Amino acid sequence: MSDTSTPPVQAKTEGGPVDLATEFLDRSTPLSRIRNLLHRYPALSPAIVLIIAVTVFGIISPRFFYVNNLSLITQQVAVVGTLAIAQTLVILTAGIDLSVGAIMVLSSMVVAQTASQNHVPAVLALLLGLVVGLAAGALNGILVTRLKLPPFIVTLGTLNIFLAVTLLYSNSASVIGQNIPDLITSTGATFKVGGVGITYGVVAMLVLYIIMAFIMSRTAWGRHVYAVGDDKESARLAGISVNRVLLSVYVAAGAILAIGAWIQIGRADAASPNAGNDLNLDSITAVVIGGTSLFGGRGTIWGSLLGALIVGVFRNGLALAGLDVLYQTLAVGILIIVAVSLDQWIRKVRN
Amino acid sequence: MDSKGAQLSATEAGRPASTLPFTQPILHAKGLVKTYGKVVGLDGVDLELYQGEVLAIIGDNGAGKSTLIKCLTGAEIPDGGEIFLNGRRTNFKRPQDAKQFGIETVYQGLAVSPALDIASNLYLGRELRKPGIAGSVFRIMDTKRMRQNTKAELDRLGITTLQDVTVAIENLSGGQRQAVAVARAAAFGSKVVVLDEPTAALGVRESKQVLDLIRRLRDEGIPVILVSHNMPNVFEVADRIHIQRLGKRAAVITPQSHTMTEAVAIMTGASAA
Repeated sequence: MSDTSTPPVQAKTEGGPVDLATEFLDRSTPLSRIRNLLHRYPALSPAIVLIIAVTVFGIISPRFFYVNNLSLITQQVAVVGTLAIAQTLVILTAGIDLSVGAIMVLSSMVVAQTASQNHVPAVLALLLGLVVGLAAGALNGILVTRLKLPPFIVTLGTLNIFLAVTLLYSNSASVIGQNIPDLITSTGATFKVGGVGITYGVVAMLVLYIIMAFIMSRTAWGRHVYAVGDDKESARLAGISVNRVLLSVYVAAGAILAIGAWIQIGRADAASPNAGNDLNLDSITAVVIGGTSLFGGRGTIWGSLLGALIVGVFRNGLALAGLDVLYQTLAVGILIIVAVSLDQWIRKVRN
Repeated sequence: MDSKGAQLSATEAGRPASTLPFTQPILHAKGLVKTYGKVVGLDGVDLELYQGEVLAIIGDNGAGKSTLIKCLTGAEIPDGGEIFLNGRRTNFKRPQDAKQFGIETVYQGLAVSPALDIASNLYLGRELRKPGIAGSVFRIMDTKRMRQNTKAELDRLGITTLQDVTVAIENLSGGQRQAVAVARAAAFGSKVVVLDEPTAALGVRESKQVLDLIRRLRDEGIPVILVSHNMPNVFEVADRIHIQRLGKRAAVITPQSHTMTEAVAIMTGASAA
């Protein structure tokens, strides 16, 4: 580990300028070197936690590694993992979105209702769901950028609004899978890879991760999202239109949530107006455990997948070990506190 | 006008003939006026910046230093007066306008993004895209080219303490951060670089590095406007010194024509220019 954290030390002429790396390393202790490594690769700590968790639960319960169980974990993670992508975008801008679950449920009810009761073609119903997601995201974004309200308050408000609209629109009734066209529930269908059953919903989530991770690391827009979350004022002075970036983040989150709605319908084989109640906070949990800083500007998309997997593995592993659901909640709570403390410690690199 | 100051700097600073300030100024402000309600920020201020010189602006608090550079860089719109860039009249409405004309400003608060690396900061807001479809349709950045160019730019400016352009800004010392901010201002063919209190938060050794960098910019042909409270720094690096007092230009001197004490006396009004 110490090898990788040692930058190449340049040969220097006598009396020449002191090399940054040597000067820096002279002051470093093993602990600060670990900190710098974690600082540079924010997804490293969740990756280590996940590996340890999988190993420990595998030893405690042999059933953990059964293909059916692994398949189950991926399916349990698919929806929250997708929502976590949207949440990561918002948190990277130093915001927070409490309404992700509500937007997803609203979108899923529109898709299911229009397809089952209004007999809208499946593709069109899915597009309507996308429009709902985009519109809901745009509303959040406009409130944050135009009215300059804190994202926490804006999305706390829209969370309630979207929930109420969902219940009004659906008459608080679920739509069962039988009444929904196959295309829409197809995200719950499975295919086998090496004996492990994988749903198309899990594939959709992974494809979304690949696309978004690519956008965040390889395009100027992605870099601007980091810059805005890091320091709004310096981003503005560098010529970045901060409000346009913020608005686009909330709209992009809305689109991702609409895809999450599709995955959710397949996973539950139904559309229920109460499906998203826990997902608002669960997505934040995944992002935070995944190493993304709540202060913005630091973190990765992939970290959030690791975070979602860690929560999924803990819940599953503790259940297999025969522990009460209560202890799953307890474990997740401890994980959140540890993750945020770790982030605070890592951020001290900033002198 | 200030022919006295100009001649002094030409003869005594001993710089190459090509940079003699007898030619047309790069940046020329005439009779700038800026008022905030009843408070007069600028009261008919002239300023000339010539090719290849470091022009320091000094003055007491409230003398109009900040207002002056804000008007020059488009952060404020003057109520009266004219600004010429290479003899052409300009009309900056926003900082972006001044940037387009090649006037780059390093703000006191250091406009760099701490979590982004050096190369990303240099190109922030003007990222290069890959050639062909990868860049135009998929909008993929050309990270490799940006890093190479950043290295070349740092070499050009003689910034040797930054070897690895993938290091995040927050891992750098104050002086190195300032160097990145200055390098960003100097890159991309800028015509004028304005530095607002660049050594304010730095130690002695780091201040020296930044002063070296300012000289290097001048030698590369980029004229520098330096706003500073630090008299020794100003006298060490400036070719000419513009002294603001009570919203007016009190004098233009050179480090050779006046001593530091005399400059402070003009600044405070204890003696006339």
